[in-house]
Amino acid sequence: MGDGEGLVARNLVKRFSGNRPPAVDGISLSVSRGEVLSIVGPNGAGKSTLIQMLLGLLVPDSGSIRLFGVDVTRHRRKIAHRINYASTDLSLPYSLTVRENLDVFALVYDLPDPRRAVDRILETFSLVPLARIRVGKLSTGQIARLGIAKALLSSPDILFLDEPTATLDPEAAQEIRILLQEHVRHSCLGLVYTSHNMREVERLSDRILLIESGKMVAEGTADELCRKFESSDLESVFLKSMSEARQHRNGSEHDEKGSGCE
Amino acid sequence: MSEISESRELPIRRPVSLLAIRPLAGILLRQLYLYRRSLPRWMEIFYWPLLDLLVWGFLTLYLKQGTVHMAGTAQALLGGLLLWDMLYRSQQGISVVFLEEIWSRNLYNMMVAPVTPFHIIFGAMLTGILKVSLSSGVAVFLAWSLFSYSLFSLGLSLVPFVLGLVVMGWALGIMTTALILRFGQEAEVLAWGVIFLFQPVSAVFNPVSVLPAGFRQVAFFVPASHVFEGMRAVLSGKGFPWHDLGWAFLIDAVYFAGALYLFHRVLERARRTGFSLKLGS
Repeated sequence: MGDGEGLVARNLVKRFSGNRPPAVDGISLSVSRGEVLSIVGPNGAGKSTLIQMLLGLLVPDSGSIRLFGVDVTRHRRKIAHRINYASTDLSLPYSLTVRENLDVFALVYDLPDPRRAVDRILETFSLVPLARIRVGKLSTGQIARLGIAKALLSSPDILFLDEPTATLDPEAAQEIRILLQEHVRHSCLGLVYTSHNMREVERLSDRILLIESGKMVAEGTADELCRKFESSDLESVFLKSMSEARQHRNGSEHDEKGSGCE
Repeated sequence: MSEISESRELPIRRPVSLLAIRPLAGILLRQLYLYRRSLPRWMEIFYWPLLDLLVWGFLTLYLKQGTVHMAGTAQALLGGLLLWDMLYRSQQGISVVFLEEIWSRNLYNMMVAPVTPFHIIFGAMLTGILKVSLSSGVAVFLAWSLFSYSLFSLGLSLVPFVLGLVVMGWALGIMTTALILRFGQEAEVLAWGVIFLFQPVSAVFNPVSVLPAGFRQVAFFVPASHVFEGMRAVLSGKGFPWHDLGWAFLIDAVYFAGALYLFHRVLERARRTGFSLKLGS
């Protein structure tokens, strides 16, 4: 894939403290339009740090990130309108209604026909009956749906979603998955996705990136990873790969300590 | 069977008494833990009494001089109060806009959007102008209808007075916001209190000449002190205070440039060290 076709990150390293290992250590990845890449790893593996760097909000210590050929770290403003982000850690102002919130973001993203764009996204996400309701009165599932609606309002080319279904019941999560799949298929949306729900990752992803302690453990399709780790499903792949990665890391540390003694 | 008989022997805990000490101790301990790690909270304990004492102490010194013309002083007090409120509202305009985004966990959505933080600042300034216009409009009307005091008695000089104070408020609002972004919600108290740090040296209710020497020197570097000195000059018929306003705008420019620089540095740091997604959650 050429640099101009999507997101290409190479050898990203980010260290927050000199005496601790890097939060992200030499990760490379690429996503093109119409493709879903899931980033999977345990808590503290470096997923959120990686996404912050890909969004251009955090400067890597080394490595490069190019989005449609543009250096994200240096020229974020040139491509900021082509990306968007949603996370369960975020919300929208509770005192504004669903429609008012989307109206604000339609203006912030300088959409040419804000009213139509908001009407369209309300319809797509079945939010029309909730349009006049304040966000504070919505259920967790409805807020998550609104967050993704906000993220898709600007018709981004690449969308970053950080555990978007973490707080949802299975039915609401399934609704979100279907909507996302439709957008990927019809709007050629590139999706970078993190989740701890392995079944969801398996269903949604074209490729999966497994990371542990900031390092890439494996990358491939769900089938490829299952074959590689001789497992029947992605959950087993996750457990096995993480266990192997930790053993490998502990082994290396032990070796290093051992050689130090000698 | 033996398990059941064992469980029956367990002591049955009684409901918590209304006079129980431990729950009270728990609530006290929760606050002590909070204060143990929070310098801003400790500062707040001493901050307000000290500032109140200084402001009203300096006013008392002024009134004790015996040279005060009561009618003119009453006008200056009301004028000072109305203008001070404009300064306060313009600072709040900026800080509260950011705090609203933090409280609603929406700031990160804004950072991701294709706007710069400076768009948010300038948007906040516009919001501030609207708020100042509304709140001061009401206050000026009430002062006129209830106390027969018209702020417009300051004439055309009112315009630069207001502008000088609003710009200082913006600068302090931007600085406060930068500190909140840097130190998190611990620094939130600054949004409500930082402006009052400047009140004793702003000579709002008394001339600068009343202040002790050290305070007078500090007051020189506060734009508001020049504005309020100018206001008193106008009220005592000394004409348009070019000199005072010149200093006010010059120092305002320094404050504003410094605030933008600080804000820029905080954002640069956040890009290196990470911006908390959970800021405000």
